[in-house]
Amino acid sequence: MDLQSTLLIIVLAPLVAALVTGLGMRFVPRAAAHWLTIAGVGLSFLLSAWVLVGMMQGSIADSNVNLYQWGLSDGVAFEVGFLVDHLTALMMVVVTFVSLMVHVYTVGYMAEDPGYKRFFAYISLFTFSMLMLVTANNFLQLFFGWEAVGLVSYLLIGFWYTRSTAIFANLKAFLVNRVGDFGFLLGIALVLYYTGSLDYATVFAKAPQLVGQGIELFHGYVWAVPTVICILLFVGAMGKSAQVPLHIWLPDSMEGPTPISALIHAATMVTAGIFMVSRMSPLFELSDTALSVVLVIGATTAFFMGLIGIVNNDIKRVIAYSTLSQLGYMATALGASAYSAGMFHLMTHAFFKALLFLAAGSVIMAMHHEQDMRYMGGLKKYLPITYWTCLIGSLALIAFPGFAGFFSKDTIIEAVHASSRTGSTYAYWCVLLGAFVTALYTFRMLFMTFHGKERFKVVKQHHDGHDEDHEHHEPGMLAHAPHESPWVVTVPLILLAIPSVIIGWITVEPILYGGWLGDAIHVATANDVLVRMGEEFGSPLHAVLVSVLSPTLYLALAGVALAWFLYVYRTDLPAKLAERAKPLYLLLVNKFYFDEVFYFVFAGGTRALGRLLWQVGDVTLIDTVAINGTANGIGRLASLLRRGQSGFLYHYAFAMIIGLCVLLGWLITR
Amino acid sequence: MTGHSPILSLLLWLPIIGGILVLVAGRVAPQIVRYLALFISVSVFAVSVPLWTLFDPTTAAMQFTEKLPWIPTFNVFYSLGVDGISMPLILLTTFVTVLVVIAGWEVVQYKVAQYFAAFLILEGLMNGVFSAVDGMLFYVLWEAMLIPMFLIIGIWGGPRRVYATIKFFLYTFLGSVFMLVALIYMYLKSGSFDILGFQALQLGLQPQILIFIAFLLAFAVKVPMWPVHTWLPDAHVEAPTGGSVILAAIMLKMGGYGFLRFSLPITPDASHALTWLVVGLSLTAIVYIGFVAVVQTDMKKLVAYSSVAHMGFVTLGFFLLFAIVEKTGGLAGTVMGIEGGLVQMISHGFISGALFLCVGVLYDRMHTRDIGAYGGVVNVMPAFAFFMVLFAMANCGLPGTSGFVGEWMVILAAMRANFWIAFLAAFTLFLGAAYSLWLVKRVIYGDIGNDHVREMKDINQREFLVLGLCAVPVIVIGCWPAPLLDVMHATVANLVHQVAQTKLIGG
Repeated sequence: MDLQSTLLIIVLAPLVAALVTGLGMRFVPRAAAHWLTIAGVGLSFLLSAWVLVGMMQGSIADSNVNLYQWGLSDGVAFEVGFLVDHLTALMMVVVTFVSLMVHVYTVGYMAEDPGYKRFFAYISLFTFSMLMLVTANNFLQLFFGWEAVGLVSYLLIGFWYTRSTAIFANLKAFLVNRVGDFGFLLGIALVLYYTGSLDYATVFAKAPQLVGQGIELFHGYVWAVPTVICILLFVGAMGKSAQVPLHIWLPDSMEGPTPISALIHAATMVTAGIFMVSRMSPLFELSDTALSVVLVIGATTAFFMGLIGIVNNDIKRVIAYSTLSQLGYMATALGASAYSAGMFHLMTHAFFKALLFLAAGSVIMAMHHEQDMRYMGGLKKYLPITYWTCLIGSLALIAFPGFAGFFSKDTIIEAVHASSRTGSTYAYWCVLLGAFVTALYTFRMLFMTFHGKERFKVVKQHHDGHDEDHEHHEPGMLAHAPHESPWVVTVPLILLAIPSVIIGWITVEPILYGGWLGDAIHVATANDVLVRMGEEFGSPLHAVLVSVLSPTLYLALAGVALAWFLYVYRTDLPAKLAERAKPLYLLLVNKFYFDEVFYFVFAGGTRALGRLLWQVGDVTLIDTVAINGTANGIGRLASLLRRGQSGFLYHYAFAMIIGLCVLLGWLITR
Repeated sequence: MTGHSPILSLLLWLPIIGGILVLVAGRVAPQIVRYLALFISVSVFAVSVPLWTLFDPTTAAMQFTEKLPWIPTFNVFYSLGVDGISMPLILLTTFVTVLVVIAGWEVVQYKVAQYFAAFLILEGLMNGVFSAVDGMLFYVLWEAMLIPMFLIIGIWGGPRRVYATIKFFLYTFLGSVFMLVALIYMYLKSGSFDILGFQALQLGLQPQILIFIAFLLAFAVKVPMWPVHTWLPDAHVEAPTGGSVILAAIMLKMGGYGFLRFSLPITPDASHALTWLVVGLSLTAIVYIGFVAVVQTDMKKLVAYSSVAHMGFVTLGFFLLFAIVEKTGGLAGTVMGIEGGLVQMISHGFISGALFLCVGVLYDRMHTRDIGAYGGVVNVMPAFAFFMVLFAMANCGLPGTSGFVGEWMVILAAMRANFWIAFLAAFTLFLGAAYSLWLVKRVIYGDIGNDHVREMKDINQREFLVLGLCAVPVIVIGCWPAPLLDVMHATVANLVHQVAQTKLIGG
């Protein structure tokens, strides 16, 4: 089988499964829905793995082929096609693997949901969209995938459409993303304007010509073209990858079912922005200014969003803020020109964050859809598999030496340290202190959930009509003791835990220092911090050993220790601390008031402006004054003129006589 | 007449004769009226298909031409023909009319025969407008078209139908009167009413500007452009569903078509001089009307305002030409702007038509257009919700739907003209999503809003068919607009070269 058809199958298998399941929902039996979609994404995964392995062995070469011409206008050919190089192959495997795990997990997690088949249709559609995004060889297809994943995200956040919070969250997610897309689209338009093409290869080949060109956005102010293009493209990434201040949609996206929080809002879709910037590295490398922007925004997201995670009590939202923070790390890596490090962290994060979310989902199932950690505790003995896998995920997240996150995150911190770009000092402190914050919120979550005293009660079911009503139960009251989840849930946890431990050992060297991503990533020699770091990198084991000399490890350990002290040993302290540092606490609990400002300025402003334009502009000025005013004016004029046509003969005779007199008078006096 | 079958005459007269037959059938055999109307509309569509299949995309010349003397004294001809601009619009017309007939099937119970007859006659006239190559024929059909629509709103409309229909009539009539003056002036100059002759006419800047403004008044009202758009929300709100569909899907396109057939080629220098005006009004439509659409509480008004905003892309795409030439000194990007505008016209025909049909489906069940009266419709009408979300997404320009293609091309072209034009045009990304999806949130999603919603029945097979027929072109054009673009290339390229040439002597 040639590569081209393989790729087609990889991309289309999930689409076919989604269409059959989704459009034929009434006819497809329940079991067929999950078998079909799992088969589709499973096939994609196997073939993606085959491509990746082939590329690692060198038996498969990079390929860039157009599939069909979407449209042709003005000499610009809009194509749909696949670019498969090492970067794409890596993303394809990550996407399809996590997606496959989530598909299997869903069989257990959504077992009792009436929207079971719809859910499978959606996640398969998502897999297709995400694959279109990562395999794109041009900006049109990239934008297609970009918006399509946004659509499925919208549908899935609002999956439980009867919940008002869910349908608020999905609208918010879509609109905030659209703000990002606003910049993204303008960036793409500028790319076309300056290079005459939307094809990656052509654009990147022409990219060096952009240097030195200027664009006058305001009269007298000339900006460098690469800077403007890259900042606009990054605005798109800020929406999709939830960078401050366009991050506000991601925590609310937790309204969706947990499997999609793992798949879409942790492992894959939100990393699209990171992937895109890496893909565009030949452009970004042309603008130090743009990269500084990326660096500063990424670092800000990494540190400040982590802080919010410390005070949240919703288990999923804590992980969501952690995702924000980790996305910030990835963006920071990009800003330091360490694209490979960003991609590497993207990959390791995909595994351990999907793992954490799915573990949280397992906990939530055990707790009868309770997500508040204040009503958990001591779950370790009830959910052993969930606990141990969650612990592995947590260790990976806090970059404990040897675990996946260690290799990627430590590299980012070091890369930022080594970078001399404007803003790198600030960024370095953010990501360094972020290591402490990460450890604190992660182990706070772990301790509050699995350790300490049980803060829930098991009450005997009282059979008085309204039995197990999940919606209206008392917080902290469970009908029966929590128990471990079925195998369809725990097996994905285990399968995700494995890469969370070992993936770093295997891949750190080739991806970061072996140039495995190859031509896909372009870094200007002067910016290449990873090359310098590679000179000091001996082996993964060496990296683990020298980590005892770095401050990162001690900051992380301090975070764990503090979490243990506050949430296991002296559980009375957090409340007191919150009381003591009330303003800070309120600032964090209210998420730095980003939401309020956005609601007021954007949502409120849009509606106020709309009402103003409508009532004052359309209704009053145009309709009442101009249109009906004219009509009424004509009416009044007519009624005035009508008086001259009274129908009485003597009126007319009298008028004639007067007229005659006037005429004669004029003739005489002239 | 050249050696081919008179397809265009058939498209003009078959629906009109069919409409009369339906009227007669209403007297003698009322039970067959619906089937007869359906048969005629499907036949007309079938007749129109060869326009596409036999169309020669390599030439910009008029095709399928027919020419007969009509009023020889004034050199007026019954002269028909289509090019790459008008041909897709005719197919849109014949297709949408079929939808309207099916959509009105059991909904209309009052003066049934007259209802279907009005739409069939209107179809014939609209086909004629798109295929007329003689200015006088164009004008007569253009004005005649108002009469069936006037009746449709006035007879089958809502409570304020009289206000709406008179407003509609006077607004559009006032606009087109000036067009007549311009046509007569050019007749006196050129000696005939041949539109191609008008295009070849040498005119000074002063007359060009006057002619341009006369046409602008006629077309701007039709499109409608800000600030002469206020008849549209009223007309839509009061019109029956079928009337709204035809109005949004076809009649608005006449304005855009007029700009390409008359304004740009006949008065290129005036178009150049007044580009700022049209571009400014188009951007106002996109941004200003976008904001207005967000706060609407009446579903039909919301869709109507959204139409105005989307039509802003049409006029913007058409008039980017001079801005691009001034900025870059070349024609690159101008074709994309015009083709983008054209695709936007076709796409908007399907999407806005579909959205009005969706509103109609809801209205038939609840008898209110108030958004607040709904909520949680998806719980009782899942199949309908699927379509509504699909069309709302198409309305906010999601890639993969036709709504994306035109906006994408126009924004890309606008960047060649000016960063800030593209910037303002891109507001649609946010505003389009805001009004479309907020509507979906309030109507479709949520818990069941009230007992009336609880009793709503999901769409029946007939409604499913109509919405499905809208969905297919929306998806197909979105995933593969190439065939549609291909028929336009030659005509648009020719138009651009024509327009780029000044008519001023020594210019």
